[in-house]
Amino acid sequence: MSSLLISGGRVIDPANNLDAIADVLIVDAKIAAVTPIGERSGVSPPVQPPGTATRIIDATNLIVSPGFIDTHVSLREPGFEEDECTATGTAAALAGGFTTIAAQSDTHPVVDNRAAAEFIRLQAERARNCRVYPLGAVTKESKGEELAEIGQLVQGGAVGFSDAKRPVANSEVMRRALEYTRMFNRPILHFAMVPELSDGGVMHEGFEATRLGLRGIPAAAQDIMTHRDIALTELTCGRIHLMCVTTVDSVMQIRQAKAQGIHVTADVTPHHLLLTDKVMSSFETMYKCNPPLRSQRHVYALIEGLQDGTLSAITSDHQPLALEKKQVDLDTAPFGICGIETLLPVCNRALIEPGHLTWPQLIARLTTGPAAILGLKHGTLSVGELADVTLIDPAKQWTVRAAEFRSRSRNTPFDGVEFTGKVVKTIVDGEVRFQCDT
Amino acid sequence: MLLSEIPVSGPWGERHLLGLEHLSADQINCVLDLTKHYDNITSGGSGRLDVLKGLVVANLFFENSTRTRTSFSLAARRLGADTVDFTASSSSLSKGETFIDTAQTIEAMGVDLVVCRHRTPGAPHLLARNLKAGVLNAGDGTHEHPTQGLLDIYTIQKQRGHIAGLTVALVGDIRHSRVARSNIHGLKALGARVIVCGPATLIPSDITQLGVEIAYNLDDILPEVDCVNLLRVQFERQRGAFFPSIAEYAHLFGMNGDRIRRARKDLLVLAPGPINRGVELTPEVADGPNSLILNQVTNGLLIRMACLTLLAQERRKDQEACR
Repeated sequence: MSSLLISGGRVIDPANNLDAIADVLIVDAKIAAVTPIGERSGVSPPVQPPGTATRIIDATNLIVSPGFIDTHVSLREPGFEEDECTATGTAAALAGGFTTIAAQSDTHPVVDNRAAAEFIRLQAERARNCRVYPLGAVTKESKGEELAEIGQLVQGGAVGFSDAKRPVANSEVMRRALEYTRMFNRPILHFAMVPELSDGGVMHEGFEATRLGLRGIPAAAQDIMTHRDIALTELTCGRIHLMCVTTVDSVMQIRQAKAQGIHVTADVTPHHLLLTDKVMSSFETMYKCNPPLRSQRHVYALIEGLQDGTLSAITSDHQPLALEKKQVDLDTAPFGICGIETLLPVCNRALIEPGHLTWPQLIARLTTGPAAILGLKHGTLSVGELADVTLIDPAKQWTVRAAEFRSRSRNTPFDGVEFTGKVVKTIVDGEVRFQCDT
Repeated sequence: MLLSEIPVSGPWGERHLLGLEHLSADQINCVLDLTKHYDNITSGGSGRLDVLKGLVVANLFFENSTRTRTSFSLAARRLGADTVDFTASSSSLSKGETFIDTAQTIEAMGVDLVVCRHRTPGAPHLLARNLKAGVLNAGDGTHEHPTQGLLDIYTIQKQRGHIAGLTVALVGDIRHSRVARSNIHGLKALGARVIVCGPATLIPSDITQLGVEIAYNLDDILPEVDCVNLLRVQFERQRGAFFPSIAEYAHLFGMNGDRIRRARKDLLVLAPGPINRGVELTPEVADGPNSLILNQVTNGLLIRMACLTLLAQERRKDQEACR
């Protein structure tokens, strides 16, 4: 019997409404006990639990959280190994505090069949980093025309369905997809965007885009599709999850739909919370992402959406891209930010430091929120659950060095930026799979 | 004449000329004064000087342009510089060379100034960040075209003696026009009133935040304006149809004899060219007495001589500081 005691940290477990200094005991890869300090049987040093822990981690001044869960991460394998592969992407996830990720279907070929889904799981097992659940494509080759073999994808392990950044533009196809997936009780993760309005755009449409002469992507492109998706979800009694919400109106619509009992959930990325379209005046391709960085009033709406739970998850929307792809002009450069390793400090700066969210609220958006979206039982420190734990040093100051990323790619706008708050250990199945060097 | 002997009237201090947005009135006047100086001593740009002797100016055009490139080449040669034309079409990029690679290759050849045209906004800015050479933006997509803005302003100023207090209408495709943006920034800095006029689909409504007025009816504003700058309809930059037909565009926004007769007698007509005769303006207007289209071309050469000189001076200062 192997055991591990994480001792004296601030244990935040939103699933159990716990925020207390406590010891977490892991036995045989499962949570065996969570004991608040006040209830320790005796005085410090911590009393050894029954069986005597073989290893103790001193978590004094650290936050002990359930392992983070990301609802959509692009692992780029097979097909785009110059950007990332399963081994590097999952190592990056661990460094970001993530113990479970859902892998996007936007590989080449697309994950639109059972074999492709099983390959993702096989590569993840070989890498032996974090847990990986595949997302299957909604439509064959993500072309938005015919439904993919959704039932067989479920058998291959798909936990949800998504055509990644390719919106299912045809409303009839989306309607059928929402109806069909009901059989399996799996969500569709949709990128709500009207292609005719977004095509060719590189940044948020507004004064900044006008000034810079850059083609804009209007907020309306997301608003209109969000409205359609909600209407179809209501019509079909399906389940939809809207990825990367960025606009005032989308947040409002989702809030209203949730209140009406429509099965809609939504997430947001850290960069859309910290940055605005003003940064585009640098013409820096590292800021080019889809949806684009919006203006300040949209950022405020996203923060409100997180506060009241309208947006129940934060996703890295990890989009690793080989450097040479970004070292071109803005029109040519592809969209995307390699974000999973910097998610926590960016959230700290955007949400905790200004007082918008508390640590328990933030952790809920990274654990229970995404777990509920994907129907996973992870994301909690409940006794008996698999021991996935993330240790955070909330006061640690550090500087992002893209060159030191575990990811194969370095496309971050935060290279050289100093932050506070760092993931220091990531534990999967009771095993420390990541620890920071300093 | 030596580079250091060229009279500079004010604080220039820029290593690159990427746009007019961030230039002060003093800096713009500095260019205009030097342009006037060249205008006086060379009688319209003819004759050779040796101000830039020993310097290498590279024309790096990622987008086709005969007029602007010829103008820059000629300006550099008039000043005694060596010029190289780097026809880095998209071909070198399609071979896998990144934009930065191209830039660094040029740098390694010992180039002092790079004149860059590119179809994407910000491309010259990217060059400027990655090069020690001075970078001169010869048009970056729909962003800015600073020398065109300056030459338009110089052309107006030469006719009227001043810019402040004048009303200038920019007519046509404002959304896709780098010329419009550079004109707006330069004219506003010098105190002109600027009206943008064109189809609503081609005028972003938030452009008013740049301090300009929007008009959709050319006939309404014509009596008030001192100058119309007729922007070319950028058929190649438009995706889809922004107006129903060319005939309707010409009907609503084309400058023709009737409109000239209803405007002020001394109306200045500018067009950055190449012009679409019969679209933005009729031949009657293009070749008529109000037209300054060919003056613009001549002044363009002088403006580019002035800009190259100012950047060359900064380049020299940089090099001397390094020694």
